[in-house]
This record gives sequence, structure tokens and C-alpha cells, in this order.
Amino acid sequence: MSEPKKAMRPDPIPRIDSNFFWEACRRGELVIQKCEPCDKLWHPPRALCPICHSSEKVEAKMSGKGKVLSWCRQVRPPSFGFPESPWVILVELDEGVRLLSNLEGESEPQFGMRVTVDFAPTSGGKAVPVFRAEA
Amino acid sequence: MVAESQQACIVGIGQTEFSKNSGRSEQQLAAESILAACRDAGISPHQIDGLVTFAIDKSDEIDVMRSLGCEDINYTTRLPQGGAASVTTLVHAKNAVESGLCDYFVIWRAMNERSQYRFGQPSISLSPDAHSSTFMEWCFPFGAQTPAAWEALSCGHYMNTYGVSSEDLGKISVTFRRAAATNPNAFFYGKPITLEDHQSSRWIVEPWFRLLDCCQESDGGCAILVTTREKAKDLKQMPVPILGAEYSMLFNHEIISDFYEGDLLNNDLALRVTEKLINKCGMAPKDTNVAMIYDNFTPQVLRQLEGFGYCGLGEAKDYVADGHLELEGKTPLSPNGGLIGEAYIHGINNITEGVRQMRGTAANQIKNAETAFLGSGVAGAILGRG
Repeated sequence: MSEPKKAMRPDPIPRIDSNFFWEACRRGELVIQKCEPCDKLWHPPRALCPICHSSEKVEAKMSGKGKVLSWCRQVRPPSFGFPESPWVILVELDEGVRLLSNLEGESEPQFGMRVTVDFAPTSGGKAVPVFRAEA
Repeated sequence: MVAESQQACIVGIGQTEFSKNSGRSEQQLAAESILAACRDAGISPHQIDGLVTFAIDKSDEIDVMRSLGCEDINYTTRLPQGGAASVTTLVHAKNAVESGLCDYFVIWRAMNERSQYRFGQPSISLSPDAHSSTFMEWCFPFGAQTPAAWEALSCGHYMNTYGVSSEDLGKISVTFRRAAATNPNAFFYGKPITLEDHQSSRWIVEPWFRLLDCCQESDGGCAILVTTREKAKDLKQMPVPILGAEYSMLFNHEIISDFYEGDLLNNDLALRVTEKLINKCGMAPKDTNVAMIYDNFTPQVLRQLEGFGYCGLGEAKDYVADGHLELEGKTPLSPNGGLIGEAYIHGINNITEGVRQMRGTAANQIKNAETAFLGSGVAGAILGRG
């Protein structure tokens, strides 16, 4: 886990269909909803597979590697719950799924930059995925 | 095709003043603007029989009826997707009157989104659901908590790929503020800006948006009254026909946080709306004489110019620089000053401007304008005159 000081980051907002995602983060795993019959990944999570309409959903563990598609820093107003507004990145995982996250560490974001997942604690003892520049 | 007598026409527009502190309730703003639209048309509000507003509008249908004395409403609906829905209201208005469901259909939007709450600030009451636009759950814990941040994430890849600079965006703001400066209804009436003003305005989202790339936060209300061409004959104003109104929401797209699908370069939603408009009414947005395109943030103007077919992919910054959007240009854009210069009544004040342009009564009237295009991301409409 990064961020040794007391975490201020907002907790994930609880939602029945996506609790599995945030629970996995607490275990230090990045998982994405997968449709069992057609093997497709879907994010954000949803009730049914939009292709075959199966509700048989499983958690697929990701490699945690991907690239930065887009990025920004919200400076006015500053990001709520952060000592300093973080770099927000749109990551495309190597498995093809996109999610928002943060770039942590010394590097500044670049388009196409390779990144690897890590996890950061939130103020209420939960965790979210964050990324660092690939070593 | 509907019979000509049944064609939907805009016959009334109404609005309050646009301010940063209205000093009265949103319900009051709603009632005042609807009353103004009815008086403009020459009908009694008692005759209103259909209503549409945005899902997130905080005024209330029952209270609108209670204040205005509407006797019998046949149809009401509320639309998802925030300001991207602004032009979608015309799709509903057109269908409601052309189908015969309603005779006097009202579109309204009223908000105190500067004095009572602020659209540009993180929301304190969070729903994890998309609440008709954005899944907050996937943005908030990462510090992307404002519309400007979501828009920046949607547009950053586009800006980087086509080399769109902050100065390129500044030219858009300068154009809007130049128009607003000569529109007495605009909040920024008499207050044009220079490119230097834009370049020295503070960052809102690094490294993409400055303060002057953002629309305003405004208090105010707007309303529009739609009826059939036949019924319009008895009313005060020259009817403004809705020649076409089309909508397209595509799979896996969100509205402002639209970065889970597509190449982040092509504006898939606007491209599809354009196809539908050409198919249905035989006219493309670029063939109209004046346009109002939803300007929540400056890059959105570029991406919609491309999506609605004014120029090719990656060409919009040059299209702007070549002066085509100026009042005297080839395709003048938002002569009211748009949402950046006039006010941000969530896009509905751009529709009322389109109507004024067709009537020939706008503050910055485009000469001989026969058709107007209205665009808001997922929806587009073309208005005519007479």
C-alpha cells in the first residue's frame, strides 16, 4: 500500500453491482466483471452482459498493466479529499478495458505511458486502484 | 411525413433575466418564463397540455400547473443527460404535437445554479448511479469531481492528437464574448475579451482548460411553446417550424464522461445525429445559415463542429481560426454569445436565440437567415421560418 500517512481520499460510493471491484482492491487485486458464457470484460460493471444477456458474472483478475489514454489535474476547485489535487488518468488495461485512476509517484503523465497498478487506502479503510509508471 | 397543417412550430419564447443571483425561487423562474412564452404566443397558460424539462431540473410539474392554472395536461416527461438533452426537448415537442397528443406543448428549464448550488463544484450529495449523465462512483474517489475535469479527460487525447493549443481554444471564447458584448440580454453585455485575457485567466483543469474556456454558472429560466402550424395561424408570432429534430444515444457512451467507448477522436454521437437529420429532413447542419452549438467548454465546440459535419476530423481549430464562426462568417455560431457569453440556462437559451434568428428579431441578427441549426451533442434540430 502507498500513502503511509492517514488517508484522506474519499471512499468508493457503495453500490451493489460493483462492491466486488472495491472489495478486491482491499485484497490488493484488480478485477473486472467478466461474462462467463461469452468471456467478455465489462467496465463499469453492469447487471447483464450486453451481448448475450447472461447474468453469470465472474471476477477476472487483471495483469494490472496498461497505458495512459488521457489525463488531467482538477485545480479549481481542488479535488475534495486530497492534500493536493492528484493527476487523474484514463487507463486502458492490456486486457482492453478502460478505467479512471490516479498516477502516483514522481512521473508526470504522458500519452501512451506504460503504467502498473498499485492500491491506495481511502479515509474509511477501503482501497482504490492507482497506477505508477512502469519500471 | 405529417400533413403541413400538423407540422410542429415554435410560437412562443420566454425568459427571465440572466444573473448570478436571481433572488427568487427556481419555481418562480420556471413560472415566469413559461408565462412569458405564452404571452409571446398569445395563448393563456390554462391551455398548456404538455410539458418537458430536464431530469435534473428542480422545479416541479405540479407546481408549474398550480402557478399557471394549466387545466389538463396530456403528457409530461423529463430527459436524461443534462445539457446534452437541451435540443432533445425539441424531439419530444415535435412528436407530441405532430402526433396529436398535445396542442400547446411547453419546454422549460429554470435554475439558480450560481446562487443556490454550483454546477462547477463537486456535488455534496452523491449518487453512485449515472444520474442520467456520469457514473460518479468511478470518478469521485480519484479526484475527478467536476464537469470540467470529466470534459478534460474526454478531450485531452483529441487536443493532443490534433495539436489544439490553449490559444486555439481562446479564439472560441473571444468569438463568443464578442457576440455577447453586443447582446443586451447577455450577462457579459459590453464586456468583450482579448486572447491575452483568455491566456492570463487561471487554470481550472491543468493542462487543458482555463477559466475562460468554461461556460458561466447562471441563474435564470427559459421556456418555449410549440404547437401545430394550423393552430399557429391564430397566434401572434410568425411560426418557426421545426424542420427536423433528431437524437442519438449510442451503446456504452456516457455524456460528459464519455471515455469508455470509441477512439476519443471522432464524435460518434454527433456524427450519428447528423446522418439522421440528413435522412429525415434532407438538410445538413452546415447548410443552414446560423448555428447554436452547446458550448459548455471550448473543446466541445471543436468536437461538435466536426461531428455535425462543418469540417473534417482534426480540422475544427483551423475552421475557427479562419473566422467562419464570426457573425459575418460563412457559418456564424451563437450570435447571442452562447453559454459562455450570454448565460448557461443549460442550453435552452441557445434554442430561444435560434427562434429569434428565424423571426429576425435577434440582437445580433444574421441577415437573410432562413434556417438555423441547434446542436447539443446527442441531439440536433433545424429550424426554418414562416
